[in-house]
Amino acid sequence: MMTETKFVTTMPPVRRAQHTTHEPATARTQAALPETEEPALPATVQAVQQKIEVQKLQAWFRNVHALRDVSLSVPKNTVLAIIGPSGCGKSTFVRCINRMHELVPGARQSGRILVDGKDLHARGVDPVDLRRRVGMVFQRPNPFPTLSIYDNVIAGLKLNGIGGNHQEIAERSLRQAALWDEVKDRLQSSALSLSGGQQQRLCIARALAVGPDVLLMDEPASALDPIATAKIEELIHELRQHLTIVIVTHNLQQAARVADSTAFFYMGELIEHGATEQIFTNPREPRTEDYVTGKFG
Amino acid sequence: MVFSKKQHTDKSFDAELDGLRARLLTLGGKVESEIAAGVKALIERDSKLAEDVIGADREVNRMEVEIDETCRRLLALRQPAASDLRFITTALKIVVDLERIGDLAVNVAERAIDLNQSPPLRPVHDLLKLAELCQKQVRAALDSFVDADAVKAELAIKDDALVDALYHTLFNELLGLMLEDSKNIRRATSLMFVAKHLERLADHATNVAEMVIFMVKGTDVRHPHSRGLA
Repeated sequence: MMTETKFVTTMPPVRRAQHTTHEPATARTQAALPETEEPALPATVQAVQQKIEVQKLQAWFRNVHALRDVSLSVPKNTVLAIIGPSGCGKSTFVRCINRMHELVPGARQSGRILVDGKDLHARGVDPVDLRRRVGMVFQRPNPFPTLSIYDNVIAGLKLNGIGGNHQEIAERSLRQAALWDEVKDRLQSSALSLSGGQQQRLCIARALAVGPDVLLMDEPASALDPIATAKIEELIHELRQHLTIVIVTHNLQQAARVADSTAFFYMGELIEHGATEQIFTNPREPRTEDYVTGKFG
Repeated sequence: MVFSKKQHTDKSFDAELDGLRARLLTLGGKVESEIAAGVKALIERDSKLAEDVIGADREVNRMEVEIDETCRRLLALRQPAASDLRFITTALKIVVDLERIGDLAVNVAERAIDLNQSPPLRPVHDLLKLAELCQKQVRAALDSFVDADAVKAELAIKDDALVDALYHTLFNELLGLMLEDSKNIRRATSLMFVAKHLERLADHATNVAEMVIFMVKGTDVRHPHSRGLA
């Protein structure tokens, strides 16, 4: 088994200032100021606790080779954004992290993924328990349509047979998802009575209720208006204090706003992974440069 | 390090960036000819030409504001990244230097008008040489920008040492003239100012070249000592 703390040269977790919507670039700038040719790396080698370590990950859908030899690490309490054109393997990548990829008929994978140093496919790892620790939020809000707001939040607790004070957990999760004030007086209303942005935050609350420490977000704001999007992004800034987040996004500015590090995927390959600041100001790979400047096709 | 020459998927963005580049080059060309005319007005004692230089600066100022607006618009509407971002932020910075170079050329022209009121002082050969070096440096910095060529930019930066050395020689030469005869003081002081303006103008060309290196390579070469990089 891997040790939890490794000596690596990726970005250390960075605490950021609070801000109502997006935070100014300066906070991140100070953390990852490109003083040298290697802006992604700090001057000194630091001990960073890696939450997720992906090693030589390959994934297939029958004959389609969806991920090719992807290796990267995500330090604890940081946000990793995955960018890349459609079909580049972004979603497959995050779906491997909570073992959802293997649920697709004909899907295969090789390589290793470690969460907290522990191999996801090690003997004794229960995928259901894993998905409790590694939560996921999808592109379209998918609350249970027949359940109330309250029952949606605690659905995971009931399904997993998790005890405790469900009311307290529901309130805490809704507060964490920045939805509490908007729904506290109508917890028994149908989840479908909420707006799209509220439904998405409800889904985040539902994911948080089971106490995950990793949150995977697959284009969580792509179906939302700019205000709802800003709320989700603000939420990501808040949540990263307790969680490690991997977010797939087609919105490059969103990646630039929320992520500590950014990984660019193209045709199943990880082309470049570095501090977000570096990827958007001075990428090293021509293909990354072309993608972030809009020179594709 | 990447500086892609590939076209944007949205061609209209290319057109906007090309337009910005063209405006900067026009501005660069204008300040270059301002320097040449300012120095010519001094050497040939042509006050009319000096007045033209002063008049031409209004257009330079107008273009500075216009280029600023273009950059702000592109930043707001296009949200540029990577080399596009570096190009636009570089444009925002070098436009200030170019405008300042124009101002210094105007200062040279003003000194020429002043000097033309008195009989000429003994010819100061190094002044012409200094003017030529400074013009060469401005042209080299602008060329490095046009070609997005970091090597050319580095050469332009190196040339600044020659300018500085020549300026100090000239300073001592003019000081000698003042010590020789106190009647020279007023004119020699004016020429010292001219030399200082030219030397300063070359410094702005150095700034432009430094920004070109940043634009091309993404590395900031400014103030290595202050930043503990040297």
